[in-house]
Amino acid sequence: MSASAVFILDVKGKPLISRNYKGDVAMSKIEHFMPLLVQREEEGALAPLLSHGEVHFLWIKHSNLYLVATTSKNANASLVYSFLYKTIEVFCEYFKELEEESIRDNFVIVYELLDELMDFGFPQTTDSKILQEYITQQSNKLETGKSRVPPTVTNAVSWRSEGIKYKKNEVFIDVIESVNLLGLAAGEGAGCLLTTPHIHPQVNANGSVLLSEIVGTIKLKVFLSGMPELRLGLNDRVLFELTGRGKNKSVELEDVKFHQCVRLSRFDNDRTISFIPPDGDFELMSYRLSTQVKPLIWIESVIEKFSHSRVEIMVKAKGQFKKQSVANSVEIAVPVPSDADSPRFKTSVGSAKYVPERNVVIWSIKSFPGGKEYLMRAHFGLPSVEKEEVEGRPPIGVKFEIPYFTVSGIQVRYMKIIEKSGYQALPWVRYITQSGDYQLRTS
Amino acid sequence: MTDSKYFTTTKKGEIFELKAELNSDKKEKKKEAVKKVIASMTVGKDVSALFPDVVNCMQTDNLELKKLVYLYLMNYAKSQPDMAIMAVNTFVKDCEDPNPLIRALAVRTMGCIRVDKITEYLCEPLRKCLKDEDPYVRKTAAVCVAKLHDINAQLVEDQGFLDTLKDLISDSNPMVVANAVAALSEIAESHPSSNLLDLNPQSINKLLTALNECTEWGQIFILDCLANYTPKDDREAQSICERVTPRLSHANSAVVLSAVKVLMKFMEMLSKDLDYYGTLLKKLAPPLVTLLSAEPELQYVALRNINLIVQKRPEILKHEMKVFFVKYNDPIYVKLEKLDIMIRLASQANIAQVLAELKEYATEVDVDFVRKAVRAIGRCAIKVEQSAERCVSTLLDLIQTKVNYVVQEAIVVIKDIFRKYPNKYESVIATLCENLDSLDEPEARAAMIWIVGEYAERIDNADELLESFLEGFHDESTQVQLQLLTGIVKLFLKKPTETQELVQQVLSLATQDSDNPDLRDRGYIYWRLLSTDPVAAKEVVLAEKPLISEETDLIEPTLLDELICYIGTLASVYHKPPMSGPPLTTSSVQMGAVDLLGGGLDSLIGGTNFVAPPTAAVPASLGAPIGSGLSDLFDLTSGVGTLSGSYVAPKAVWLPAMKAKGLEISGTFTRQVGSISMDLQLTNKALQVMTDFAIQFNRNSFGLAPAAPLQVHAPLSPNQTVEISLPLSTVGSVMKMEPLNNLQVAVKNNIDVFYFSTLYPLHILFVEDGKMDRQMFLATWKDIPNENEAQFQIRDCPLNAEAVSSKLQSSNIFTVAKRNVEGQDMLYQSLKLTNGIWVLAELRIQPGNPSCTVRAPAPTLRPWSLPFVPCQGVVLVEDAVQASLQAWLEPESVRSLKRTFLESFHIHPVRLPR
Repeated sequence: MSASAVFILDVKGKPLISRNYKGDVAMSKIEHFMPLLVQREEEGALAPLLSHGEVHFLWIKHSNLYLVATTSKNANASLVYSFLYKTIEVFCEYFKELEEESIRDNFVIVYELLDELMDFGFPQTTDSKILQEYITQQSNKLETGKSRVPPTVTNAVSWRSEGIKYKKNEVFIDVIESVNLLGLAAGEGAGCLLTTPHIHPQVNANGSVLLSEIVGTIKLKVFLSGMPELRLGLNDRVLFELTGRGKNKSVELEDVKFHQCVRLSRFDNDRTISFIPPDGDFELMSYRLSTQVKPLIWIESVIEKFSHSRVEIMVKAKGQFKKQSVANSVEIAVPVPSDADSPRFKTSVGSAKYVPERNVVIWSIKSFPGGKEYLMRAHFGLPSVEKEEVEGRPPIGVKFEIPYFTVSGIQVRYMKIIEKSGYQALPWVRYITQSGDYQLRTS
Repeated sequence: MTDSKYFTTTKKGEIFELKAELNSDKKEKKKEAVKKVIASMTVGKDVSALFPDVVNCMQTDNLELKKLVYLYLMNYAKSQPDMAIMAVNTFVKDCEDPNPLIRALAVRTMGCIRVDKITEYLCEPLRKCLKDEDPYVRKTAAVCVAKLHDINAQLVEDQGFLDTLKDLISDSNPMVVANAVAALSEIAESHPSSNLLDLNPQSINKLLTALNECTEWGQIFILDCLANYTPKDDREAQSICERVTPRLSHANSAVVLSAVKVLMKFMEMLSKDLDYYGTLLKKLAPPLVTLLSAEPELQYVALRNINLIVQKRPEILKHEMKVFFVKYNDPIYVKLEKLDIMIRLASQANIAQVLAELKEYATEVDVDFVRKAVRAIGRCAIKVEQSAERCVSTLLDLIQTKVNYVVQEAIVVIKDIFRKYPNKYESVIATLCENLDSLDEPEARAAMIWIVGEYAERIDNADELLESFLEGFHDESTQVQLQLLTGIVKLFLKKPTETQELVQQVLSLATQDSDNPDLRDRGYIYWRLLSTDPVAAKEVVLAEKPLISEETDLIEPTLLDELICYIGTLASVYHKPPMSGPPLTTSSVQMGAVDLLGGGLDSLIGGTNFVAPPTAAVPASLGAPIGSGLSDLFDLTSGVGTLSGSYVAPKAVWLPAMKAKGLEISGTFTRQVGSISMDLQLTNKALQVMTDFAIQFNRNSFGLAPAAPLQVHAPLSPNQTVEISLPLSTVGSVMKMEPLNNLQVAVKNNIDVFYFSTLYPLHILFVEDGKMDRQMFLATWKDIPNENEAQFQIRDCPLNAEAVSSKLQSSNIFTVAKRNVEGQDMLYQSLKLTNGIWVLAELRIQPGNPSCTVRAPAPTLRPWSLPFVPCQGVVLVEDAVQASLQAWLEPESVRSLKRTFLESFHIHPVRLPR
């Protein structure tokens, strides 16, 4: 059904630690993994699934480690990858960083965790908060107090322990929207403007948006006592239509994913988001909207390459959001040829920096108000001898953060908190919009 | 202080030192020592010599130390089975510890120690833990049943653990339910026939309730289990779908994919007119799109599955083309999959966007990706007729880039476009010809030559162009040589006057100077055609070609349906169905010149064990040869005296035509005077001629293998049937099959390789010298323990003792002795199987007794799983043999006969003295 064994390998493919769960695949088979990986990589046919004879390797890479699951059956591949990522998450919670050293330093706990995370190939308890209640970092603790299975492990509410107490009961809600954008930067026809640098280029906006979507997440930081029942109210269009409030401003959430604490069938029935939250930080839900929105930061670019002599770059950035809002920490990464040299920049605002190891110029603008337009020019020299390999045309990447603002217009209408002891709790809400995978192809 | 210090001691005499430390009185020192041992174990050092010392540390109230010792035991118990027994006591004690964590730990670890001797001791603790008051212990025990079953299935059945496990499905704790479902599914997977899960509307309801409550992993176990269920009607299917759809909102991608699997499968049962059907279609798209925001590996699995879903139900994602646009930083495996899906979704409505994207991709740097993008443009042209012109002009633009591999790829696809739209785009030929010199890949060269030959009349210098290839004729690959031969012959037929010399040249190169039989044959055919009847030659060579079809890479519908049931699993990633058991081996094959493995089988195996499963092709009439086995044996009409060899079942369809691209195979097995054969009837129900037949068996319980190649002398024309008798030997490779008499067969022809499985009647394996010596019979009879005995009754048998005896003898079941006890005839029978196993039986026949009762009910006869080693002739008879025998002796077709002669029939497993 699932993994036969799980290995953590170092960057050279040497097993650091492993756990054999089923015994139906010889542990020595792992020796074939690295040669196979190298071979596939050379063939350009590397995939997350490799097989050697009857043995299949499902692997992921985390910093300098490989996590590999072996199986010889028709395993549920998505379950295995999901499990491997979860394992990394748990290890990171325990050791902060998961790397070769942290595994060596904590091999006893790693063994214990591997034993608890999966049994005979079936994933078991993978919630690190719960695991930390009975597999403790300081192993010495075990000597004194007898450790018990927290009832939470097998409870229907397996993510929250009983008896949590806070003096001040509060919930912090972060609504974070990431904008993914794949676009074509406008630019053609602006070439002539490079020669007349004093005029703001009136670029014909023949750029276009190929794909744009909003991926929103609602993160909670919960400091609540006892077993509170929470209900979150959003301006969800489907809900508004159900309850006859169609006129109000609402948002159509295309696909919603919830943390396991949310009662899914309830949501399916009447769109109520009700749950008993885990303690502390967690991601309550995520949603996706593919409604076409105006790109928040629009880029026009002209990159002119004069072989053997120079590259001239002109980039114009425009903030296409409300004037009252401000985008912070804006970073625009413009690709340059890998053999470019002697950079020269001129920016109307912010600063530009050449980052040769990434082959980009990064133009940083600390604060970028809505409605404004800024310009950056860069000039690079090119060697007279052209290098042989062909280079791809990487896109321009944009990073930004706009606080107190959501693109979709989503709003938290209420957060009801009910606990049997009847305490008053305060919900706090913050909104932020940021760039996700935001790239513009250059022509 | 970190644990890494434990790794540092690598001095000589380390083991000795550790030994001393392990036996230290100080607890702390002991624990440190165990940690060092585990550290050594982790880095691959052999510390098994410390086994007794480590086990001595097991009795401790320190949980961490206990866990470490347990870990050590799991690793080394197998190499020290005798010493592992030392640990049993502590395990048993720990299973009763007041701390549930320790109870669970003990039962979990014990299940991981795969030593036979230990498993016996595991039973009692396990039984208690299955009923433990703490759910954490119960959920661990549930998994332990699956572990134990893997080591000793018989023990699990005998101890009634399976029933307890089934009860746990109704447990109050969702995690226990989830693990019980997982364990049962795992066991059922290795015993497909067992019907363990016994899914019915009630149990399904329980599972659906548990689905709402258990952890994400438990939800996956339950959803995967639900996917195996077949609802009884569309209403049930709909109600299950309704309860599964909320899972599409789960944050875990694996939960979503498993839910998609259930929905995709059950949708089959819903009528398309139903409103709900449309609703469900709409609900499926958003979660599938969201999967593309997951980690790249999960994206890859999702994309491979979306590829299947798009083929099965294109309507789901038809408006979502854009989400498959490739991003610059996608891993290459994600890029390639996205591209493939884009082409599948391409339609007139979105072709402009698709083409713009493909053109963009064609200018990237990754060679494989670029090639695929160029090819995709060609596929769009063929798929969406309205776009063909734009595609061609895009390809021409790309050819202008002069990037070598882009040009070559473009020429290959343009050839396909010509095949789809003949006489439409010849204007581009001139541009193509300009690039002739840069072509260095055989496929591109062959494509270019094909184009020149096909349009020779419009290319002024066609003869020069083709001649230029001729110089290095022998250095070209076969593909190019063949194409060049055909191309020049075409040219000659179109412009005979100027090209006589050229055609002579190529014909002599192909026929006289080449060692390649294909090339020579083709050369001779052209030569004769041209020399005997040029008009006919023209008709043959320049005949109008059929247009190529739109989508050539679609997965065959039956396979697609099967793969849909495997959504989320490796099979769905490989796009190949899983095979139970190891891949087909070559050892038992004698194919002569026909190399079955060369015909695609090995590419199917291709380093994985994913081969079309024989079970998928098993026709419904499975077991028919066995079931009706006695119809002849006890058939009065054939007369008592006829001893015409053993019973032969009528031919049954083994491979229906719809599953084998038109080839239907039916057959039966016979045994005559010591030789076994498989009588086959092959019928061609396709529209094309079938040739190049070959057959191969998978390893099987009795080593059955073809003794000669499959001889089909003439090609099989459409609607033609041939009968073939294939002699079999029993010297092939042996592997125990489930059921025992299962035979997995691969048949190849010029079209494809097909797989099916069939059950052979066991009596073809009864050898002629199966009559046991009387004395030996007596001696062995006594030695058989009672528990090995099976007993059942045969109804409606109209024969007397003599008739039975002679009937059985015709099938090589011999009467060793006969006596009469209180008016009943007792027959003592023996038979021997080809692998030397003896089977003994006692038959009691009561003359004149028309009533019949079955004294030994069937359940006592279900297959056991004793170790089975047929190749050594060690006589451990499984009662699968008995079950088969029973089936074979059950006279279904003689129900009309009222009188019962055979009252009982005992078969005993026997261990023969060597």
